[in-house]
Amino acid sequence: MFKTIVQRFFQMVAVMIIVTMLVFAMTYFISNPVYLLLPQTATEAQIAQAEAELGLDKPLFVQYGIFLKNALRGDFGNSYFYNRSALSVILEKMPATLELVLVTMILTVLIGIPLGVFAGARPNKLSSKLTMAGSIFGVSLPSFWVGMIMIYVFSLMLGWTPVSGRGELGSILGIRTSLATADGWRHLILPAITLALSNVASIIRLTRAGTQEQMRQDYIKFARSKGVGTRQVLFGHALKNTLIPVVTILGLQLGDLIAFTTITETIFAWPGMGKMALDAISSNDRPIISAYLLMVSAMFIFINFVVDVLYTLIDPRVSLGGE
Amino acid sequence: MANSLKKQWDSLKGSQFYAHYRRSPVALLSSALLLIILFLAVFGPLFTPQNPFDLSSLDLSNAYLPPYPREGSDPAFFMGTDQQGRDIFSAIVYGSRTSLYIGVVGVLLCSALGIFLGVLAGYYGGWLDSLIMRLADIQLSFPSILIAMFLMSALGRGVGNVLIALMLVGWVKFARTVRGETLSVRKMEYVDAARVIGLPSHRIILRYILPNVMTSIIVLATMQVGTFILIEATLSFLGLGVPVTEPSLGMLCSDGFKVMFGGLWWVSVFPGLYIVVIVFAINLLGDFLRDELNPKLK
Repeated sequence: MFKTIVQRFFQMVAVMIIVTMLVFAMTYFISNPVYLLLPQTATEAQIAQAEAELGLDKPLFVQYGIFLKNALRGDFGNSYFYNRSALSVILEKMPATLELVLVTMILTVLIGIPLGVFAGARPNKLSSKLTMAGSIFGVSLPSFWVGMIMIYVFSLMLGWTPVSGRGELGSILGIRTSLATADGWRHLILPAITLALSNVASIIRLTRAGTQEQMRQDYIKFARSKGVGTRQVLFGHALKNTLIPVVTILGLQLGDLIAFTTITETIFAWPGMGKMALDAISSNDRPIISAYLLMVSAMFIFINFVVDVLYTLIDPRVSLGGE
Repeated sequence: MANSLKKQWDSLKGSQFYAHYRRSPVALLSSALLLIILFLAVFGPLFTPQNPFDLSSLDLSNAYLPPYPREGSDPAFFMGTDQQGRDIFSAIVYGSRTSLYIGVVGVLLCSALGIFLGVLAGYYGGWLDSLIMRLADIQLSFPSILIAMFLMSALGRGVGNVLIALMLVGWVKFARTVRGETLSVRKMEYVDAARVIGLPSHRIILRYILPNVMTSIIVLATMQVGTFILIEATLSFLGLGVPVTEPSLGMLCSDGFKVMFGGLWWVSVFPGLYIVVIVFAINLLGDFLRDELNPKLK
């Protein structure tokens, strides 16, 4: 057990190194930032000087070495746009994104798992079939469009929620978050629902498949013949065994959620790191782009690692070692 | 040639798959929807009131028309017009051509790459297998939409670039599935037999391996067309997809978003709804195919 975890850990480090190379290559090929920083009338000498200041005149592998060394110290350079350390910009924007992701996750679990269990328990009922069709419909929705419709219906037509932005902040346990105020929640709820929609759809499918499989097992028949109530059979017995793959997928979906915050945050003008990343792409802010990519990659890779390790802990039948 | 096609058609008609297809209302409905969508994309420009991307055919006096039954609308522009006098229905028809083109061609490209790498990995094994599969593992830990976004920011806008980005994003799923199935087919006795009589590897792959992995590929490819159409729309919505000169449903939505706050909801609602209809129809068909052809792929 310990050996596989160590093995997996080194694998994680190796992947991270490859990712730094890819991120470096990618940001390198995004057009030269010098032209954005200097006025159009800049002379050749001024361009060369600016390139030298940014270290863009050095050979590629030297640039990569510098990039890696600085990245390890958390130094990605100053954002061209905010004119301060890219990492500090990201860290400042991160709480807004994390609170959005947290609420989305809670919504996903509260809606997705019960619906999936019911659909799986009675696969031939009309309500179950409608749930399944609904989940296919859910994954067919472009999330940017859902966000727009939400704003139009709930903010513009009904006037229930604010159009955009993050609401008033309060503090819970010393953390500044909009989850502490009513105004904050009113701002948060639409983007969270938008983000949750396609997630809920896939959790429903997965929970249903798992429940369906469990319902055929002998221990369920035994519990039933013993006279255990339906609710207890479904949520006390079947769900427990369905939960392993569901928890895994929930973990992996965190990555997808963080990716989709870029779109949702842009539509709702939510001041998180997703919107920041898209803004950085359009303003060609290389330090921010590379810091964001590395930060998010590290998160994804770490989540994958944790999910894998948890998997072996929860389910002793799974072994990560051999293939 | 025609004779063998006829034979294949007859055997398809006699199959259980065909019987199930004919009896499934969902499969029939989604096929019908897809046929209509395809028909509109191919022949639609013949009966749309204007070419919305030819600036000379636009007339500013038609601007801001609401959709048909509303007051002040024009039945010729039944989905309304935008601030430039562009007919939304025409724009949708033209935009759907781009969506379908990118979805289908993108899947053809990425399935070709994925099948090639998957067969290589599964059939030959060894270091090639480890290399390809490790690469796939790494890529799979990143959401496709994020990879596509950053690739497009590096490549720049353009239909060709969107196709490249989709190919690089989508090959993994195909490679993984094909590798897995190749591994199990390779152990079959008929493959051993083919090897014993001295058939070269490429013939074994083409004649015995590929036909056996085809059903999974068809299921995956169908689902992937829907995914790709969504990704293209999202990229174009964000200004990272096709260039402004190309018609695109995603870009229409983003144009519409700007004027939505002024009450012009139809400019963004109808194009988005059309994306939903296309992708929903494809996904329903894909779901049916998966249940029929390869329930393992869930």
